[in-house]
Amino acid sequence: MAAMDDGFEALLEPFYNGKKLTDPISTKEDKFQLLPAFLKVKGLVKQHIDSFDFFVNQEIKDIVRSNRLIKSDQEKEFWLEFTDIRVGRPCRNDNSDYEPRNTFSPQECRLRDMTYAAPIVVDITYTRDRKKIIRKNVPLCRIPIMLKSAKCWLNGANNAEMEVFNECPLDPGGYFIINGTEKVILIQEQLSKNRVIVEADDKTGSVSASVTSSTHERKSKTYVVLKKERILLQHNVLIEAIPIVIVLKALGGLSDYEIMELVCGGDARYQDDFLINFDEATKVGVYTQQQALEYIGVRVKMGGGGGAGKGRFNNAPRRSPVEEGLDALANLIVAHIAIDGLDFYPKAIYIAMMVRRVLMAAQNPKLVDDRDFVGNKRLELAGQMLSLLFEDLFKQFVSSLKGNMENFFKKPNRTSAYDPVGPISWQGTFITAGVNRAIQSGNWTVRRFGMNKAGVTHVLSRLSYIAALGMMTRISSQFEKTRKVSGPRALQPSQWGMLCTSDTPEGEACGLVKNLALMTHITTNVEEGPVKRWIFSVDAGVEPIRNFSGTEMHRPGSYIIHLNGTPFALTRYPKRFAAKFRTMRRRGWISPFVSINLNSHFSAVHIATDEGRICRPYIIVQDGKSKLRPEHLRLLQLGKANFDDFLTHGIVEYLDVNEENDTLVALSESDITKLTTHMEIEPFTILGAVAGLIPFPHHNQSPRNTYQCAMGKQAIGAIAHNQFNRIDTLLYTLVYPQRPMVITKTIQLVHYDKLPAGQNATVVVMSYSGYDIEDALVLNKASCDRGFGRCQVFRKYAVELLKYPNGRRDRIGGVEQDEDGNIIAKHSALERDGLAIVGYQVRSGETMIKKETPLDQSSTGIASDRGPDEFRDASVNYRIADPAYIDKVMISQTERDHAIVKVQTRQTRRPELGDKFSSRHGQKGVVGIIVDQEDLPFSDTGLVPDIIMNPHGFPSRMTVGKLFECLTGKATVIEGNRDYGFGDAFRSHPVEEMGKVLVDHGFSWEGKDYFTSGITGESQEAYIFNGPIYYQRLKHMVQDKMHSRSRGPRAILTRQPTEGRSKDGGLRLGEMERDCLIAYGASQLLLERLMVSSDGTQVDICQGCGLFGYKGYCQTCKSTRQVTQMTMPYAAKLLVQELISMNVGVRLQLEDKFPHPR
Amino acid sequence: MSRVQPSIEELERRKVVGINEWTVTDVTSTDFPGHYPGEDHAWDIEKIRDALHIEFHQNDPLLASFSLIGTDASIANAFRRIMIADIPTLAVETVFINNNTSVIQDEVLSHRLGLIPFKGGREGLDKFLKWWKKPEDDEDPSYFDYNTVKLSLNVECTHNEDAAPGETDPTKLYHHAHVYARDIVYEPIGRQSQYFSGENAIAPTNPDILIAKLRPGQVIDLTMHMHKGVGSDHAKFSPVATASYRLMPTINVLHPILGADAEKFAKCFPQGVIGLEKVTKKEAAQKGSGYEGHEGELKAVVKDPMRDTVSRECLRHEEFKGKVKLGRERDHFIYQIESTGQWDSDAIFLESVAHLKEKARRLEQQVVNMVR
Repeated sequence: MAAMDDGFEALLEPFYNGKKLTDPISTKEDKFQLLPAFLKVKGLVKQHIDSFDFFVNQEIKDIVRSNRLIKSDQEKEFWLEFTDIRVGRPCRNDNSDYEPRNTFSPQECRLRDMTYAAPIVVDITYTRDRKKIIRKNVPLCRIPIMLKSAKCWLNGANNAEMEVFNECPLDPGGYFIINGTEKVILIQEQLSKNRVIVEADDKTGSVSASVTSSTHERKSKTYVVLKKERILLQHNVLIEAIPIVIVLKALGGLSDYEIMELVCGGDARYQDDFLINFDEATKVGVYTQQQALEYIGVRVKMGGGGGAGKGRFNNAPRRSPVEEGLDALANLIVAHIAIDGLDFYPKAIYIAMMVRRVLMAAQNPKLVDDRDFVGNKRLELAGQMLSLLFEDLFKQFVSSLKGNMENFFKKPNRTSAYDPVGPISWQGTFITAGVNRAIQSGNWTVRRFGMNKAGVTHVLSRLSYIAALGMMTRISSQFEKTRKVSGPRALQPSQWGMLCTSDTPEGEACGLVKNLALMTHITTNVEEGPVKRWIFSVDAGVEPIRNFSGTEMHRPGSYIIHLNGTPFALTRYPKRFAAKFRTMRRRGWISPFVSINLNSHFSAVHIATDEGRICRPYIIVQDGKSKLRPEHLRLLQLGKANFDDFLTHGIVEYLDVNEENDTLVALSESDITKLTTHMEIEPFTILGAVAGLIPFPHHNQSPRNTYQCAMGKQAIGAIAHNQFNRIDTLLYTLVYPQRPMVITKTIQLVHYDKLPAGQNATVVVMSYSGYDIEDALVLNKASCDRGFGRCQVFRKYAVELLKYPNGRRDRIGGVEQDEDGNIIAKHSALERDGLAIVGYQVRSGETMIKKETPLDQSSTGIASDRGPDEFRDASVNYRIADPAYIDKVMISQTERDHAIVKVQTRQTRRPELGDKFSSRHGQKGVVGIIVDQEDLPFSDTGLVPDIIMNPHGFPSRMTVGKLFECLTGKATVIEGNRDYGFGDAFRSHPVEEMGKVLVDHGFSWEGKDYFTSGITGESQEAYIFNGPIYYQRLKHMVQDKMHSRSRGPRAILTRQPTEGRSKDGGLRLGEMERDCLIAYGASQLLLERLMVSSDGTQVDICQGCGLFGYKGYCQTCKSTRQVTQMTMPYAAKLLVQELISMNVGVRLQLEDKFPHPR
Repeated sequence: MSRVQPSIEELERRKVVGINEWTVTDVTSTDFPGHYPGEDHAWDIEKIRDALHIEFHQNDPLLASFSLIGTDASIANAFRRIMIADIPTLAVETVFINNNTSVIQDEVLSHRLGLIPFKGGREGLDKFLKWWKKPEDDEDPSYFDYNTVKLSLNVECTHNEDAAPGETDPTKLYHHAHVYARDIVYEPIGRQSQYFSGENAIAPTNPDILIAKLRPGQVIDLTMHMHKGVGSDHAKFSPVATASYRLMPTINVLHPILGADAEKFAKCFPQGVIGLEKVTKKEAAQKGSGYEGHEGELKAVVKDPMRDTVSRECLRHEEFKGKVKLGRERDHFIYQIESTGQWDSDAIFLESVAHLKEKARRLEQQVVNMVR
């Protein structure tokens, strides 16, 4: 097989159980190979990249197309048109004609605190002197480019090319680099748009159908509500709810009979329920369309018409109520149904459908929709988020460009013709700034929709490789975290295979933040037009819905075909139609991401082409036989076919959550029956990338897997292959990371075995020394000596050397010397250039960068206005108690032309008491004691444990998977065969075989061996379970948390001890502790803690006036006579004085509690 | 004097640690005064001298295996502990890095160098080299030929001009792409050349230990100081990779195991532990032996219990229930000592005996002082 060098080659050679290429293939065993093939074409972060590519290649053009023309109000002959927009490839902002130097790598951006951005250019056409002028490639703005997207230099790079870019070949991409920091736009979960959702309110007994219409122009929500047996239509733009019959009358002047037909068809039950609504119209005297429009028009909010309102305000004449009503109905209510001409029939059908759904739900409460159903959700990705933002910014740009134009034309005498190129580039910087700011801060503000979301973007966590990967698959929900709702947080059955069942945080965001499963794909938008044509051409029994009356639509057996939720056509043969439609899709004529499903409750066929649907691939099964044959897998192995080939050959297909409801999916080949339609590619893909690290997760109690998902992200290990070329604020690495002994297929697929975060520790499960209670671990000192758990901590110290407007600039000063000419201790790590020496040790207080800033930053420097020439020391000092070494020193320049200096320090730490470790089963513990090797128990073979774990950790946690991992690991080590070490969910290696291997090598079948105590030399009275378990070192280390204080700094205002470790603060004796001491009566302790050891001060108080005196003298009484001294908390003294300053009179009256016996 | 003299069988029985299916019983020895009424177990050097017995199974420079029979676990364990923690060896303690442009950080490189085991002339290591005292903060370090051994490592990676075009193996493409322990150079100082020259030179025991990988332009230039230290300070000073013992297994077949069961029984143990023999005529003739009428069938016979790994597999099967009793001899210690190379494996044990003796002597002195 040819070496492909794309990181996947290893997957395609040695198969699961050590199979060779020549071995026979069984589809049952080897169908999982479709998974690596899928990940090769789609990948874990592919949804981000696909979405961004879609935005950059298509959506951005659509946005510009719909805002293409600018006309001047003053100069009637002038117009400007944007004919095209293109996104370039990332290049330097400071332009140079020398091409090769213009491109830059993401790594350079990270190091130099730059933005990885590409220019956007537009083609424009405009008039000058009545001539049409075409200008191409006018620079508009710069937009950050997603790494590994189509525009990125890393796109399609193989391992060797990635190395040239100084980039880790395993880096997933899918994030942005803004000013040197990596930013991820999290996937946002939303309720689907342009779909009707019916809900019942149990309290009021009302039923409502709502639809969020979203078009390029506006976003609005329309409700059809059944309240007290009457049906009303509600919309933001309407002052009050409007009886539904009036709305339907206004839509195309339907007769009462037609309305009844459209809503109820021939069903008498619905007719009875609906009949009362006609009275509502008659009551207010609405009989005709004209009257209905007038009725609605009067109730339209003034100026509430969004974009239309603005124009009206200024110059358009006041419109009649009929016009208002017409405008509202056409453009605002259910806005996503476009009105062609004045044909309101489609909108009438749509609203009638909503009414019908309400009536149905009122009759049968089961027919309401579930908000939490995954099929009713849409995921918004980076591309969509950016397009919202870009559209808004582009519209602002257009209006400001227009303003600029009008200003130009306003001038009575112009010297030259208007040239828009300069203003375009100038105004375009606002787009650049806007996009950068949004991604930088995470505040997404879209004015059109009144949208204001915070926390959309996050800094990519580089704590470990898996943390970064986990972040790329994270989905955040729009629900408020504080609300105590269980519905959206609960695990939905429809999440099967789409969202990971284990990976969610604990606490407030539990169930709201989710993660994608391994094989999930998120759709991008597919054009409706071709699909529409296919609907009619695929089956002769399909006709446009426009041709039918209500009776025909609702006749039993007739199915309405909905396209993206909108009634579109009618058929009497829905099954035949769906089958034919699917066939065309499987043949590749229709996009594989178009879904079709039947709904017999509502007699509807739903076809969806919109973006953000969650889907995943399945193997197609026909007539009880899987379409996947061994020869297909053979082609896959030989690299002659890829996943997309299987897609176009109808072997696999993507199903979204709604279409899944029409299928019967078998988990394995043996489960296939005559009725089966699809087969699962691999059951363990219901888990995500992070949960996939757990061996034997199907033997664990489920919360334990969830805990591990949270902890796997804190494990110290290898971050990336370029980790030593990075300068991150905080970087943890393990000195000797190891590939887990027991791995899973997922580990191989996400390449965790190449960038692992942990070590295989020999664990013995027994109690030892009493320092192992409450999950504490016993560590072997000799293991630590030999490098177990040894980790490194890198810290960044960066300084930018600024330039000031008066021409002065920051500088790096030299080393200071004492009288004898020796370098002062503080500067012992500095070289003559004022920067720390690489390899030198820095201790607390020593300088690393001797930056100096000018005292004079504000003077103009003109004539006599000159400030002092001195510089002030602004050096960066090392201020951590434990010393570190200087690892790197970098000097460069930012985009703003400022010099930037970065110093990276390095600490190497061996495990110490209190450091946190965890296995892969949610079992965390701190080091309780480190024991000499000779004191530890040893087995017959001389084996001494690295870690002793207390057996009490098992019964209540029920982490059987950990026991299995240990046993499997032991068998793998003894046998020397890495193929044993697979612990995948639902297809792990059977433990019985492990027991057999152990027996064959002279060990006990259950993994428990005879041990001898290292202290007494006598044997232990029980056999002890032992074997290798993969342990992760977590980032929480004692060294970073250890804190004590006897005396130290105080806050200026209150004179109380400062707060927090970083400020060497005290530990607060809080209110509750105070309560305890009061209850106990420990008054002297209270006095000491709250005053003596805190902010006690001596004050002079005048007993005559009750105010504070000074130095024994009372300013108010002008006397020293009654002034006495007392001690009180400074905060209390402060309070008194503050109250006095606010004109609240405070007087202190003192008396002796224990008067002197005289 | 002893009033009760236990039978030989009784004494044998007391010596056995019970290996049951789920537990280990009779772990501690009971032959101390006052445990058995009327019996005399007073300490007697003659008795101990008679009982003590050493038998070697294997004696290679790097691996020794022998039986120490007739002593208490406390003594046997003391030897083991001393071997791991108290026997001094020479190891790299201080690294002076002049230049290190490799990807491997100074501390990590130093740590790796420290863990490399070295060998050298026995006489020099034992007699000539003395302890090195770590200097206090204000003290100047004292480096002399009798307490410090100087090593250096100076490697630079360069391009190999002779490499075949298209070569991808870095070891062929570059000189010194891999730095091994054999690249470490010993620099004798003063009288050291008398003791450590030729065969006796100080050198890594395993020259193929990989220290670092380099690429062209990268340099490692450092000197190292080796000092004597003990395993209780750092594992690198421990002279053994493994020093442990196990107790001699015993297998008692209580009831005859015959035929297919016997074969299965043999499979429950490592090869060679259980032999299969034919039931002889004589045995079959014996009444109550359990062999009646089984002449010519195979029976399980314990051949070499020392090879048993005590996997307790035979206790798991229903057919052997009650027919076999496993145990271990409490005073028969089978040692296994793997040397890292600086000491001969058997010498480590002898040294540990000397150490224990010295410790005892010192304790004696203390006790004498205490009484005085």
